[in-house]
Amino acid sequence: MDAFTTHTGRVVPLRRGNVDTDQIIPAHWLKKVTRDGFEDGLFEAWRKDPEFVLNRPERRGASVLVAGPDFGTGSSREHAVWALQNYGFRAVISPRFADIFRGNSLKNGLLTVMLPQETVERLWALTEADPTLEVTVDLVAREVRVPGPEGTSLTAEFELDENARWRLLEGLDDISLTLKNEPHIAAYEASRPAFKPSTTLA
Amino acid sequence: MGRTLAEKVWDDHVVRRAEGEPDLLFIDLHLLHEVTSPQAFDGLRQNGRAVRRLDLTIATEDHNTPTLDIDKPIADPVSRVQLETLRKNCADFGVRLHPLGDVEQGVVHVVGPQLGLTQPGTTVVCGDSHTSTHGAFGALAFGIGTSQVEHVLATQTLPLAPFRTMAVTVEGELPEDVTAKDLILAVIARIGTGGGQGYVIEYRGSAIEKLSMEARMTICNMSIEAGARAGMIAPDRTTFDYLEGRPHAPQGADRDAAVEYWRTLRTDDDAVFDHEVVIDAAGLAPFVTWGTNPGQGAPLSASVPDPASYQDASEKHAAEKALEYMGLTAGQPLREIGVDTVFVGSCTNGRIEDLRAAAEILRGRSVAEGLRMLVVPGSVRVSLQAVAEGLDKIFTEAGAEWRHAGCSMCLGMNPDQLAPGERAASTSNRNFEGRQGKGGRTHLVSPQVAAATAVLGHLASPADLSDAPALVEV
Ligand code: SF4
Repeated sequence: MDAFTTHTGRVVPLRRGNVDTDQIIPAHWLKKVTRDGFEDGLFEAWRKDPEFVLNRPERRGASVLVAGPDFGTGSSREHAVWALQNYGFRAVISPRFADIFRGNSLKNGLLTVMLPQETVERLWALTEADPTLEVTVDLVAREVRVPGPEGTSLTAEFELDENARWRLLEGLDDISLTLKNEPHIAAYEASRPAFKPSTTLA
Repeated sequence: MGRTLAEKVWDDHVVRRAEGEPDLLFIDLHLLHEVTSPQAFDGLRQNGRAVRRLDLTIATEDHNTPTLDIDKPIADPVSRVQLETLRKNCADFGVRLHPLGDVEQGVVHVVGPQLGLTQPGTTVVCGDSHTSTHGAFGALAFGIGTSQVEHVLATQTLPLAPFRTMAVTVEGELPEDVTAKDLILAVIARIGTGGGQGYVIEYRGSAIEKLSMEARMTICNMSIEAGARAGMIAPDRTTFDYLEGRPHAPQGADRDAAVEYWRTLRTDDDAVFDHEVVIDAAGLAPFVTWGTNPGQGAPLSASVPDPASYQDASEKHAAEKALEYMGLTAGQPLREIGVDTVFVGSCTNGRIEDLRAAAEILRGRSVAEGLRMLVVPGSVRVSLQAVAEGLDKIFTEAGAEWRHAGCSMCLGMNPDQLAPGERAASTSNRNFEGRQGKGGRTHLVSPQVAAATAVLGHLASPADLSDAPALVEV
């Protein structure tokens, strides 16, 4: 996994709540067997509308998505995270994320940042007033910043549990970390009761 | 202080606990299907890793499988590649697979329980959000992403952050015609699609205890639709009886030891939940959704709500958008909404009891003129059982299509899809925009409401059948 320390980029304001994973990447895209090439499937249905925010020329190349509450609800498809990353997003900001989506995003190095609704509204207003505006998502300082004079600037702190943050900062692979616990796993396995189910028939 | 059911199961699976780190949990059962596993197997290959516990891993094909002509090559080349990839991966790594055409094939969440693999007090994972289904047995069961699938394949464990606990207590008697589906739709409408976020929900109370295993699975299945990590129901005699004699259920001395352990899997009297919701079973009624998320539902006797009646700005906006997508107007009685297609199936309502309930209503009646009804059993075993009971005949004589087992129109990855603008009453679990086909409109319903709707051509409950009103057009 790529490490995430700090990222600065332009914003896509997605003024919608409850953006479910079927909207992020429709099911027919799930037939692919690779982790790349999902960018054209991102928000596919909405992108048919030329006025959809992602289609606007001024949003081209933006890398921070700012969405309404309950982003990523629905299915467990990690393809939703890959689609956002394939498209070029490095961070998603929302007042609330669905659990599985958030877990998936952090495992892939897509930073999901929870900020209060008011801050999200303010970010929307700022970027809509000035689409060239750049926001910095700083995982080291745990801050989202928009520099500038009073009225167009913003600094907001966010929370992320220490362990997840450390893994992201270091770009650590979960499986290698877990395998360091091999003796613990083996000991647990040795103590499992005989009545536990097995998929092999005796 | 006492512990909840979920906390007990969690504690029993901790491989390693360290300050400031997520607990490392052991996984008892890992279910695989073709959609969320290819990239995980690829990861194993790239890193030269094997599957750690083949004896705790099992795969089936469900999402892409056709429900017609299953003996012919799969028409969609992309679906075919995905199924072939699963077959190759399972062969390469030695994973037990039940492919299309096998007698144990079916929707992964129907297959696990019917084989007796899903057992009380186990941890169950699958790269699929509806893994919550298995919580009906008192298992801690949750959906995971593809990275986690790879993690479980390689280590049989998962590092997991702690959860909060919620009790949804349902006391009393469910009225006639009110099913587990109506109950869970009402719960979701009450707590919202984000209301369960971060929680494991335990369903309890006298109304829950009276439910069959099938009905309990329907409820736990849709916990994810409330945003919850998992849903659980304490195991009891109903659970033990269901497991009796199933191929992978413990037998003899193992069974005695298992049952003794299973009996301890109850929330202690002095345990405290982080959040509690109480629901009066007697106050429930057949429930349907009118919008584009499972929380946008109402009793069938109600009308399409007016977005202006919402206090919350984002809910109001969501309702407006939903009505536009669904082609509905505020104030329209739900019963007057005409449908084009009825789908009975999915891991929510594709088990034998669901098919029996729908068939009972269709017996001697016929599907409304011009309406298409698909009946898709959740697994081949369910299908065989239904045929043995003659249910397939009842469906086909009524004018419905009897299909082969799989996910089918639940998400439309195979050819079973809605056309743009087409309206469906569906026993599945998600009414998201385009879920059942691009531009398709979905109303989530119980099998009973689905069958009555098929007969009358508009959203209806079995009680509406006796007075046989004229067909209402929208
Ligand atoms: S039936 Fe539907 S919800 Fe269940 S596993 Fe299949 S696609 Fe998912």
